[in-house]
Amino acid sequence: MADLLEIRNLRIEATSYPPGEAPRDVVLVDDVSVSVAKGKVLGLIGESGAGKSTIGLSAMAYGRGGVRLTGGEILLNGRNIRGMNASGLRALRGREVTYVAQSAAAAFNPAKRLMEQVIETSLIHGIMGRAEAEKRAVMLFAKLGLPNPESFGTRYPHQVSGGQLQRAMTAMALCPKPDLVIFDEPTTALDVTTQIEVLAAIKDAIHDTGVAALYITHDLAVVAQVADDILVLRHGKKVEYGPVKQIITAPHEDYTRALVSVRSIDHVEKAEAPPILSVQNVTARYSGTNFDVLKNVTVDLPAGQTLAVVGESGSGKSTLARAITGLLPPSQGRITFAGRTLNAALKDRSKDDLRELQMIYQMADVAMNPRQTVGTIIGRPLEFYFGMTGEAKRKRVQELLDQIEMGKGYIDRYPAELSGGQKQRVCIARALAAKPKLIICDEVTSALDPLVADGILKLLLNLQAQEHVAYLFITHDLATVKAIADKIAVMYRGQVVRYGSKTDVLTPPFDDYTDLLLSSVPEMELGWLESVLARRKMESAGN
Amino acid sequence: MKMPISAMIGLVLTGAFLFCAVFAQWISPYPLDAVIGGVWEAPSERHWLGTDTIGRDILSRMIHGGQITIFVALASSLLSFGLGSFLGFMAAVSGGWVDQGLSRLVDLMMAIPSLIVALVVLSVLPINLTVLILIMGLLDSTRVFRLSRAVAMDITVMDYVEAAKLRGEGQSWIIFREILPNALSPLVAEFGLRFIFAVLFISTLSFLGLGIQPPLADWGGMVKENKDGLIYGKAAALMPALAIALLAISVNLVADWILSRTTSLKGGRGG
Repeated sequence: MADLLEIRNLRIEATSYPPGEAPRDVVLVDDVSVSVAKGKVLGLIGESGAGKSTIGLSAMAYGRGGVRLTGGEILLNGRNIRGMNASGLRALRGREVTYVAQSAAAAFNPAKRLMEQVIETSLIHGIMGRAEAEKRAVMLFAKLGLPNPESFGTRYPHQVSGGQLQRAMTAMALCPKPDLVIFDEPTTALDVTTQIEVLAAIKDAIHDTGVAALYITHDLAVVAQVADDILVLRHGKKVEYGPVKQIITAPHEDYTRALVSVRSIDHVEKAEAPPILSVQNVTARYSGTNFDVLKNVTVDLPAGQTLAVVGESGSGKSTLARAITGLLPPSQGRITFAGRTLNAALKDRSKDDLRELQMIYQMADVAMNPRQTVGTIIGRPLEFYFGMTGEAKRKRVQELLDQIEMGKGYIDRYPAELSGGQKQRVCIARALAAKPKLIICDEVTSALDPLVADGILKLLLNLQAQEHVAYLFITHDLATVKAIADKIAVMYRGQVVRYGSKTDVLTPPFDDYTDLLLSSVPEMELGWLESVLARRKMESAGN
Repeated sequence: MKMPISAMIGLVLTGAFLFCAVFAQWISPYPLDAVIGGVWEAPSERHWLGTDTIGRDILSRMIHGGQITIFVALASSLLSFGLGSFLGFMAAVSGGWVDQGLSRLVDLMMAIPSLIVALVVLSVLPINLTVLILIMGLLDSTRVFRLSRAVAMDITVMDYVEAAKLRGEGQSWIIFREILPNALSPLVAEFGLRFIFAVLFISTLSFLGLGIQPPLADWGGMVKENKDGLIYGKAAALMPALAIALLAISVNLVADWILSRTTSLKGGRGG
């Protein structure tokens, strides 16, 4: 058997220390077998906690934070590396297997130039001399499409963008001519417009250098573009393992089918209605800077409808939310809400203004006080705005919990005892408790796994139908936008570049930025990446 | 969770000290001031730790002295924590000139060594328990202010505090209901350490003659009274010194345990 990497019946365990309980052993990965041939790419896919990163790292016999590889065989180039001694592993890591981490910004040493870090592994292992390593690094920079490959290595990590840093890290992994590269969510932290470039660069580099790769991600559409085979994981167990074409077009298992068809909500936009929120010519800047983060923004949100604000990071979409909530008073412009003009600063607003305008955050983890129970968290707005106490409050809290489909038994729990999706539901209930007319949703599904996010979106749509509440939905994910929006505002560098009803905004002709944004969203079909890149090349040649 | 043996020892000893302090009047074999024997008698069956410079029972005086020492240290630590943490939280929540004003004032106070400030102030004011507690509490509150401000700074940037602000909650809800419960564990651990510093501080003051005044006794003062005995090879001065050391170690053992417990709790996600 000439496969480069062959994992047989892998079992991985760790000891868990739940607070207040006796430590116990938990099985993270159970009975997983895969193989990767030379020059092939295996995609590992699953939601968080599925064990995909743990399996990925096991390919270099590494267990992160007390994780133990307790069973099975990991054959790399025919040798079992599980249980190999430290010096054996040291010789292996960085020479035969290398690793690309999710957050390149956190993985680079900010005090050293990029070139030093990119060639470090090659020099340590004595694979090549400094001159040769630098030559190879420059070649890789060029292959990965980095600007000025000759001088790129002289820069420091903070002097290049996130997408460039991620490509520099890929160069670092490829420099020592490894047999296998582990990519751990390399594009997850990037904007869609950047993701497509990095994805194409990684794919080309893998192809040209002929290495094998493990590609770990939670996004099936992304992995479909780069992988040859896909292993779908759930709770540390194999769900389905097969060639990419079969997984995408003819999945055998229900779970895989759910992953493939996720975000299938069919939302028909509502008819025009008078606005509940009207943002007029708002300009804002953070104190101590002389740069406007918002420039002359004008948008309307009809009552009981959803306005989606889309854009990449830094486009000013979260700042718009801060301006509306009063956390960042705008320097110019006017915000009208429910027929009255809102005072710019938070402290000048009436209690009713505050009550009718609620907010839900991206990270439900930190949006709830960890020392308060669910009952206190949801009950506080009831007490604060409506003076409810005792039994009446508890009853209303339970009603709200029923409304967010959580049912009994959660009211006395602490946030730490809830799953990610449940936490976000509690945050929704807290916003709902105030009987708001408008809820600002700031990237509320971005931190969630696709299936859970889907559930949250459906819940939000149901609540909108029941309570007639309007949403200002901030997101960078266009699939989410299609699923829930009635109106869309596309933001770029603090300005609204395109605004209108969903159909209008998503129907050509597009302006350049919207076109770039829309065409960059990965689609779940084979060859999508190539076709998009080919189209872009033709267009730029035509210009 | 299993309690480590060191924490167990610390708890037992601290408990014993507190017990003696609370019930001093009932358990001490002799009154505080009674001269009941010769000068610097060696330990015997009647006087377990011997007698002091004018023939008073050392054990009895140590039990009474412990009461005063622990009371003053505890009261001043409570004062410093109440004041320091409240102002620290307020500085963190308010920001702006409130924060600047309080922080610079604290910097100013911390720039002068606290023992020297205490000596100067006590040489002017009448020395009684209230004044001692107030001065020690105020001086120590600067350290607590620094810690609680730093802890609260990390908490105020959390989304749940922003959510409370957006809801329109007042300053006191944010400080007492959102920040305090989350800042409690580092503060409790710090309290153990600060309490010991207060014990050392009051003992130092008494040793220098500006702390607890006769006829009341405290450990620092007892060391001072009996220090001349050291020249003649009498161990009387070492007894209260030993008590100070033992109390410091046992409280620290407990504080260490609390600290390690709370940090392991923090390791959990959102815990």
